[in-house]
Amino acid sequence: MFDIQEAVMEAVPVQKGVAVEVHELRKEFRRKDSRKRGEKRGERRFRVALDGVSFTMEKGETVAILGQNGSGKSTLVRLLSTLLLPDGGYARILGHDVVADHRAVRRVVNRVSVEASFFKKMSAAENLSYAARYYGMTGKETRAKIPEILERVGFPSDRRDEPMEALSRGMQQKVALARALLTSPVVLLLDEPTTGLDPRSKLEVQEFVREIRDSHDSTILLCTHDLAEAEVLADRVGILDRGRLLALESADAIKQRYEAETLEEAFFAATGREFEAEEDEDDDDREVFA
Amino acid sequence: MRAMLGTMRAELVGAGGVVERNAYLTKRYIWWDLAWFVWTVANTLTIVFIAKGIEAEGGTLDVEETMTTLLIGAVVWAYLGILFEFLMETVAWERWEGTIEYTFMAPLSRAMHLAGQGVFAVLYGMLRATFLFVICGFVFFDLSMPDAQFFAAFVVLLVASVSFIGIGMMMSVLPLISPEKGTQLGFVAQGTLLVVSGVYYPVDVLPQWMQWIATISPATYALDGARSAILEGEPLTALWGDIWPLLVIGAVSVPLGLWVFSRGETYAKRHGKLKRSG
Repeated sequence: MFDIQEAVMEAVPVQKGVAVEVHELRKEFRRKDSRKRGEKRGERRFRVALDGVSFTMEKGETVAILGQNGSGKSTLVRLLSTLLLPDGGYARILGHDVVADHRAVRRVVNRVSVEASFFKKMSAAENLSYAARYYGMTGKETRAKIPEILERVGFPSDRRDEPMEALSRGMQQKVALARALLTSPVVLLLDEPTTGLDPRSKLEVQEFVREIRDSHDSTILLCTHDLAEAEVLADRVGILDRGRLLALESADAIKQRYEAETLEEAFFAATGREFEAEEDEDDDDREVFA
Repeated sequence: MRAMLGTMRAELVGAGGVVERNAYLTKRYIWWDLAWFVWTVANTLTIVFIAKGIEAEGGTLDVEETMTTLLIGAVVWAYLGILFEFLMETVAWERWEGTIEYTFMAPLSRAMHLAGQGVFAVLYGMLRATFLFVICGFVFFDLSMPDAQFFAAFVVLLVASVSFIGIGMMMSVLPLISPEKGTQLGFVAQGTLLVVSGVYYPVDVLPQWMQWIATISPATYALDGARSAILEGEPLTALWGDIWPLLVIGAVSVPLGLWVFSRGETYAKRHGKLKRSG
């Protein structure tokens, strides 16, 4: 039988070993605030969101990136999702450049962001159904797969047809996870997937991420505020501060390197700042850099 | 070869996904759409009543013919409005709901994404235009159109839709550049397009420079063809003079629309504007 997914994947030659390769990646944004004293008219002020970030991820590896608001975590995820163009350096996913070969990248990547973004009046099943079509999945394929995947993330079957706006944040985030997994991504980008969730929902989502990590060959990049989450879920932990990747090692190696008892202490030693302290940025900047 | 076929099939399925999504949304917002339709009916009636008003004031004119001329103009105006609205929503609504990043990072090509959006807009717009024409023309005014070639008028509007979609693609980039005001500029395009195309009057009455613009406006040929078919009973074969310019404009406007959209998308990706704002 003709298999779309199989045929599409034939067009995506896979480089063995390395799943994600980021080299000297740089991104800056024009600031929205007014000119400062001494600046000439027309002189544009830029703010660096990513400043020469380099790292690689092996296939099947889970890497957590820790950083405050404005550290560049979301910019990194958006660049890898082909939603931003870098100003320097490059990023490759399974050997495909995120700019030059974005179509191939899009076939193998999916993401879950802090906001579970859906058409609120549509149901979970409807939101998943149309989204799956964008990845070439036919109605025949999704009819069985959507209920199955919703069940796997712990979404109650009797609420499948309720509008998304009637669901709690935790429930919505489960549907977001289901949407990402429905397309069987090789690389999964999780951008603060548990931020703002109640403790129970947070644990459920974390448990599910653990299950994906253990039972699938997915490579997971997890950007998070949550130090414990990073330590429990990731093989390696990175510290991103003001657009610079200061470290990327196992949690134990990071603690050892900074002679710290906890990741929080290690973060403080690496950045010179408390983990919970917010960047002094205006909202517009934070919206872009977060 | 197999991979290429798979990709082509995936693209078609993806475009079907856009149609499916719009069908779900229409179902969920059907009562709002009906309320909006009532407004369109009211607006159309006010325009068609102008013919009766002129007669009541002592003007001499063929009231039935003038009313039908105005009705066709109002229906095309409403149809174009719906088409542009759907295409502008490609960005604007998705940005509001926050789904824009998920849609734009999907492997569906932008051409098929916009084509899916256009196909649904045409289907929905045609259905709505038909209801509008029937309610205003026959239910409300009981207009007589014994020679009307409705099928020919329908085909002309369908062919014109390709050009309208091309222009709509260019307009839909505006909310990418300006999330706050971009959508409103779509209405400017709709109004400008129709004012030079003889929406409620012959193009001959326009200043010369506007008549020049009218020759490259697809709405000119859509209105002329629809009026010839409905008022004069011209069959489809006699409307070639309106159809070929529409095919030429369509062949130019769709690739141009895609190019403009891709430039806008690149700009948005460079400046971080491809994100939610609701």
